[in-house]
Amino acid sequence: MNNTKTVLILGSGSDMAKAIARNFAKNHFSIQLAGRDMEKMERLKQDLINRYDATVSSHHFDAVDFGSHNFLIDSLPVLPDIIIYAAGYMADQKEAQLDWKLTSYMIDANYSGAVSIINKFALLFENRGSGTIAGISSVAGDRGRASNYIYGSTKAALTTYLSGLRNSLFKKNVQVLTIKPGFVYTKMTQHINLPPKLTSNTEYVAEKIFKAIMEKKNTIYIKPIWRWIMQIIRFIPEPIFKRGNL
Amino acid sequence: MKKIANWGNYPHINADESHFSSIEALRNQVLNKRISYIPRGNGRCYGDASLAENVLSSLSFDHIISFDSIRGVFECESGVILDQILNIIVPKGWFLPVTPGTKYITVGGAVASDIHGKNHHVDGSFCDHVLEITLMLATGEVVSCSHTYNRELFDATRGGMGLTGIILSIKFELKKIKTSFIRQVQLKAKNLGELLELFHNYKDYTYTMSWIDCLKKGKNFGRSILMAGEHAELDELNEKQKKNSLTPYSDTLFTFPVNLPSFVLNQYSVKAFNFLYYQKNLKKTINNIIPYDPFFYPLDKILDWNKGYGKNGFLQYQFVIPMESCEKGMRDILTRINQKGMGSFLAVFKVFGKQNGLISFPMEGCTLALDFPVNKKLFPFLDELDKVVLNYGGRLYLTKDARMKQEIFWNSYPNAKLFKDLIKKYNPDFRFRSVQSDRLGITS
Repeated sequence: MNNTKTVLILGSGSDMAKAIARNFAKNHFSIQLAGRDMEKMERLKQDLINRYDATVSSHHFDAVDFGSHNFLIDSLPVLPDIIIYAAGYMADQKEAQLDWKLTSYMIDANYSGAVSIINKFALLFENRGSGTIAGISSVAGDRGRASNYIYGSTKAALTTYLSGLRNSLFKKNVQVLTIKPGFVYTKMTQHINLPPKLTSNTEYVAEKIFKAIMEKKNTIYIKPIWRWIMQIIRFIPEPIFKRGNL
Repeated sequence: MKKIANWGNYPHINADESHFSSIEALRNQVLNKRISYIPRGNGRCYGDASLAENVLSSLSFDHIISFDSIRGVFECESGVILDQILNIIVPKGWFLPVTPGTKYITVGGAVASDIHGKNHHVDGSFCDHVLEITLMLATGEVVSCSHTYNRELFDATRGGMGLTGIILSIKFELKKIKTSFIRQVQLKAKNLGELLELFHNYKDYTYTMSWIDCLKKGKNFGRSILMAGEHAELDELNEKQKKNSLTPYSDTLFTFPVNLPSFVLNQYSVKAFNFLYYQKNLKKTINNIIPYDPFFYPLDKILDWNKGYGKNGFLQYQFVIPMESCEKGMRDILTRINQKGMGSFLAVFKVFGKQNGLISFPMEGCTLALDFPVNKKLFPFLDELDKVVLNYGGRLYLTKDARMKQEIFWNSYPNAKLFKDLIKKYNPDFRFRSVQSDRLGITS
């Protein structure tokens, strides 16, 4: 028997997922990549092998194609020890308000898809009596704001789902981790001047996630200062908050 | 739009920076938006070579494609940083064929600048070890080129400052090493004459470079320290080193927290620094075995050392002059710097060997690189130095340049016209252009 642990990354096409995969491979985990773009996953697979001599497999996964989720689970060579839900989509708030397709896609990618696939793993992990389920949520879910409340509400739903799941699976020895990255330098934010003190790079996010999983954390803000910022934002009374401009 | 600058923090420009992580996405961007771009890696060139209104960052395009650890052949996408490559190849007994003084540059940048290192006199420049370059042309077409295949495109791409197309991947040969340590010799030279003699005596060493105190006058004019090195053999290591004989080495000592006020660097503080740097070597000769990191990348230890020059930034001035004029030319130029009291922490001097390529910077001769904090007096002074360099048959390194006048470029690079013709052939609408290429009249 070998003791190599396996991590499954759901939604492996993003820069953040790439950094997470590299960090786990560096720490001698076997990697299962799951995403839509097979060509991109193949490149990442070769990269992980060349960098870390890692064991890697890649699998087709589309978060919004709920019907295919069972096939994904059947295709995995082993049931992973850890799954990380890294799929997600952020549309522009104004465009989403006018276009139901965009809004519904955001809801499906950020929330429904997560619930669909995580429900299945939750059951498998519960029966096994071990495992970790991590989901990348967002500080945007901590309080709805005019500038991105549709995206924010999908993340709020995910956060609530994960907290309930944590409560439910704790007694079954399954860890559930909620990750709230704050600002991250990625393709999604490349056009914006972000405040450096509040912003992380993807490698840093990946390291923090790895550490939080090893330390069996519940909820992490990648930069601790975000915990305080969001605490304050949450405490602003609604009559004042609704007049504000955040 | 955001404000960006390269390593010298001069000039700053407002740019729209976008990342690409797949060929398809890149092609869509290049074909759909009929605007011009310059590819950019880690922004470690000093001046304006990778600045433009629209920048295509390669940093997300960073997969390792293959590593043949038996034959020592490595292939990766253009956004991979040398530091990451060292972490992969050193434990397997390989090293970069050529490395500059920082490991925080991308491989794409290494090709676009056709970088040189301390081993230029023995191993040539980076692209001498490149087996194949794949790039995307303005048409969206992906093409490969090498020393034997599509040679013309290869020659215009090596040292071509990203103007032929967007470099996607690079396959290159590595250097075999037995250990990750360097057997180093450091020798003091009292003056320029002594230094040139040392370079001659140590020319068989794979790695040589020297540091010159350019503020010394009189009989100590050109006092300097020569550093020569070889990759150490296993039996040269002590017991402790043997336990980590192929460990990639990296740790950062210090990060420069803020920009220093610009008055901190003046001729007195630089003189004091140079005095200490020279005197730290008590003996005339030092022989020791050290990890490769402090030998090749002493300044990488201080992350963001460029902030030491304040928010006005600095210019790095690097030129080369042909061998026959080395001593005379260096003496002439150092005297001018000396007279102006325009000191530089880092005056790095090295002798180059022969150079292949069309537009690559090195030539058989000697090169000097100096840092100057940006101020008003500096620009006319450097214009004056340009003419002196040109008179000796020399030229400036485009990767460091932020201010050279057009005529200096056209008169000092013998293949400039041919280079421009090739740019016109492969990039006819100047879809790839930078602030620098416009300034120098290559794409304007």
